[in-house]
Amino acid sequence: MALPAYATTAERVWHHAFRVICGLIFFFLIAPIIVIIPLAFNAEPYFTFTREMLTFDPAGYSMRWFDNLVTSSEWTSSIANSFIISISSTILATALGTLAALGLNRRNMPARAVITAVLISPMIVPLIITAAALFSFFARVGLSQTFPGIILSHVVLGTPFVVLTVTASLAGFDETLIRASQSLGANQSRTFFKVILPLLLPGVISGALFAFVTSLDEVVIVNFMAGPEQTPMTVRMFSGLREEISPTILALASLLVALSIILLTTLELIRRRNERLRGMSPG
Amino acid sequence: MKRFLLMTGSVAALAVTGAVAQDQQLTIVSWGGAYSNSQQKAYHEPYEEKTGVEILNEDKSANALAGIRAQVEAGNVTWDVVDMLQADAQRACDEGLILEIDHNEWLEPAPDGTPATEDFIEGTLGPCFIPQILYATMFAYNTEAFDGEGPKTVEDVWDLEKFPGTRSLQKIPQKNLEWALLADGVEVDQVYEVLATREGQDRAFAKLDEIKDNVIWWTEGAQPPQMLADQEAAIATAYNGRIFNAQVNEDQPFKIMWDHQMFETDGWVVPVDTGNLDLIKDYIRFATDTQRLADQAKYISYGPARKSSAPLVGMLEGTDIDMKPHMPTNPENLETAIPFDVQFWADYGDALEERFNAWVAG
Amino acid sequence: MASSTERRGTAAPILAADGTPLKQALRRSQSIERRRALALVAPLLLFILIVFVVPIIAMIWRSVYNPEIREFLPQTASALQDWDGTEVPPEPVFQAMAADMIVGVENRTIGRAAARINREIPGARSTMMRTARQVDEWSAPYREKFIEADEDWTNLEFWRILKRETRLLTPTYYLLALDYEYNAEGEIAPRPEVYQVYKGLFFRTAWMSLLITGLCVLLAYPVSYLLATQPTRTANLLLILVLLPFWTSLLVRTSAWIVLLQQQGVLNDLLVAAGLVDDNGRLRMIYNRTGTIIAMTHILLPFMILPLYSVMKTIPPSYLRAAKSLGAHPFRAWWRVYFPLTLPGLAAGCILVFILAIGYYITPALVGGETGIFISNLIAQNMQGSSAQLKLAAALATILLVAVLLIYWAFNKLVGVDKLKFG
Repeated sequence: MALPAYATTAERVWHHAFRVICGLIFFFLIAPIIVIIPLAFNAEPYFTFTREMLTFDPAGYSMRWFDNLVTSSEWTSSIANSFIISISSTILATALGTLAALGLNRRNMPARAVITAVLISPMIVPLIITAAALFSFFARVGLSQTFPGIILSHVVLGTPFVVLTVTASLAGFDETLIRASQSLGANQSRTFFKVILPLLLPGVISGALFAFVTSLDEVVIVNFMAGPEQTPMTVRMFSGLREEISPTILALASLLVALSIILLTTLELIRRRNERLRGMSPG
Repeated sequence: MKRFLLMTGSVAALAVTGAVAQDQQLTIVSWGGAYSNSQQKAYHEPYEEKTGVEILNEDKSANALAGIRAQVEAGNVTWDVVDMLQADAQRACDEGLILEIDHNEWLEPAPDGTPATEDFIEGTLGPCFIPQILYATMFAYNTEAFDGEGPKTVEDVWDLEKFPGTRSLQKIPQKNLEWALLADGVEVDQVYEVLATREGQDRAFAKLDEIKDNVIWWTEGAQPPQMLADQEAAIATAYNGRIFNAQVNEDQPFKIMWDHQMFETDGWVVPVDTGNLDLIKDYIRFATDTQRLADQAKYISYGPARKSSAPLVGMLEGTDIDMKPHMPTNPENLETAIPFDVQFWADYGDALEERFNAWVAG
Repeated sequence: MASSTERRGTAAPILAADGTPLKQALRRSQSIERRRALALVAPLLLFILIVFVVPIIAMIWRSVYNPEIREFLPQTASALQDWDGTEVPPEPVFQAMAADMIVGVENRTIGRAAARINREIPGARSTMMRTARQVDEWSAPYREKFIEADEDWTNLEFWRILKRETRLLTPTYYLLALDYEYNAEGEIAPRPEVYQVYKGLFFRTAWMSLLITGLCVLLAYPVSYLLATQPTRTANLLLILVLLPFWTSLLVRTSAWIVLLQQQGVLNDLLVAAGLVDDNGRLRMIYNRTGTIIAMTHILLPFMILPLYSVMKTIPPSYLRAAKSLGAHPFRAWWRVYFPLTLPGLAAGCILVFILAIGYYITPALVGGETGIFISNLIAQNMQGSSAQLKLAAALATILLVAVLLIYWAFNKLVGVDKLKFG
């Protein structure tokens, strides 16, 4: 939106003011996330910049909170628990969600709207309600305070994302490709693995990433459901934030920011590859 | 697919090994922080060393009653031993959620042979409850928050002009309503009588209204020392052990105001239908003997519930700080103390908590 | 002949290759297709039904199911059915109560009935427990002995509540959830003002969510417009600034706001350093309503930007130019031409943000203090703590669920849930 030569003064002023406003909003979005990273290297147990930090005195910085994170068994075991839970639930959610999306995309799917609404509902229902319902249910069937119980509840939360992303990638799917493949003599399974799956994969992967992040990030359900052996890092962070905030939390938080940068990059690469595959121009 | 199978396999294996190891494990629910730490040092570590049993800590005592209720109702009790307040234990016992205890059968006698029922301080044993400690909740302040003298009485806490600054109070009606009435001039021995009436309750809430705008609330015992240290609050109610720890371990300039301290008992209960009762009994017998209760006082300034433990209380571990003057049971600290009325709160707790929560959120 | 074949043609069915009528063959193949489609969906559908829908229905059932008194005082419950509630119940009721108490003390269940009544009449618990401990030493007639032991046994309100709570299904918890209760006469009436909290919290949750949605619109609209009008490369770079917070853990973003906003935090330090604020007069921007609003607006903003941006991307910029070249004032051109075209994205974003906001729990719990909490926090509070009321929590959760589902339904009608896009 370059400014045309015939723009009036008012338009010019507005044009620049608009960019400043947008700049401020972008700053609002990103600054809080960036600010915690240097603070995680604070040598003092405070949550603000010390004089030494501002003058870039090396004495103001330290790795002690990261050391604390990797040496304390409480933190390492809870991080391990988090990954056990989110990797298992992602695998299950991706499998179930992809199958369901394939079914939903069939032309003859009966009651599609209702079934879609039911499958998506865990994403819409507030977490505290899901937690209240699952907490009592799992306690009754003996699954509370167990890994399977927590994993199953995270599968519930993760599947809607897989269903949505896979459905979306199927929606842009050119059905003639299947017929072309079949008319060229490929059988059904060959068609699936050589034609459908490669085109589906980006949707599956981004759905899986959503499911993974949802599970890794989840606090409410695990807060009610996890026993001492399953405590994931989010529960430790949550109680840490409520009780005695230690900068160790900021160290973990900066690692999680790094993780989200990696995820974001992965997704972007997938998107580009996908567009290339489909013969669309990037963008 | 292979990876998927591997993953579910490992999850299943985890669940199975968890079940097998259960016999040699005890899940103990407590309060976390400095308090759990003192139990870890005085009870858990020596017990693990002696027997090889693995002890799992869960910091859920703040929600112990709701937790036990939910587990018993669902028929799936995973907690073995729970650290609980006496008032909550009374209710859990009435509701049949925790085991009734024959104290002389379960507990070690004093070293001189005095049976347990006579060794524990009068009024602390409950039909389902084994006390460990007497602790105090009282006001404390950061001396740096005031130019001159700090507050000395509960009335001073309400005096916002003489002692300006934020107050930090626990987000429960218990004790706050009692202090409000005391600050309003009610006599110590009349507090609960007044609080049982509608007018008395109105009066207590009206008194709390006077300082409400200057109050921030805490929910976990670790918060008030932190709030005082950060000067987010000038005066805070707190458990005496937490303040003591901040004073000696972190060198914080805190001062405890013993005026109208409220003391109560905290101890063990055992949920019904829980795991290995023999193991649980063995642990409790060990953890509540005279020496162990005295040992706990090496790490935190709470008074042991056994009379025979009192003479054994010595110095803070690794220092030459005498623990006795820091105990809530020290006669000097007891002068204007109020015993927390467990019966009153078992009866009026529900109604007053509802009103309190509505008042806080309003 | 020709005419007869023609007639036969319309009457006799067209046959498929294997000789079955085509219609039937089609129907069969379609039903096979349908079954195949269903078979693919079935695993997830069954899973969601069993692990999600059934537990929620069980929770709703718990919010009205009220078996305590019938279960723990069965004889008293049936003896009370004939009582008219005008005077202290007759001997048979007391006799039934004595029998129930003896069983209840034996099974240790009497305390649960007592706890239920104590919620309505503080002190009833003690009365019942004290009497229950003595009752096995008494013999008929019981009425005088009960009353002699404790004057409270003549309290008509106690017996009325007991009778009321013998109903297996009760609206009690929904009344409480809306700040109503049964008064002494058994009529539905508002609770005393000092106990009212939930209705206010529902309203607060709704208006704060609206406010947050509004703030998100204000902030998202210009940014999305900028993104939509930039060349692809620039837009993709700027989009990272939106997607990074979107992909960052909720707890991380909430802790970032705690770090920024607290009294000893970064923002206050900056203000003090700039001399705008006195060191003793540091601003209280967190642990109150302000904290919740700032943090939640930040957390939910990407959910508004992404749908808006994806709609704006499809609007050709030539529309605006055409309107302006036809003589419309820039604002008028924007308002009459551009804005209406963005409405679908705006609607999607608003409903998404609002639905997410009214169910928020973690952020208000961490930064909301007392004045910034939402109804979810009270649901959680009723699931924990020594005065936990699981049934009240279930009733509150059901009300919130109904509200959310209504909005979800409207959203589905207006926009279509399959239009939701992420990333």
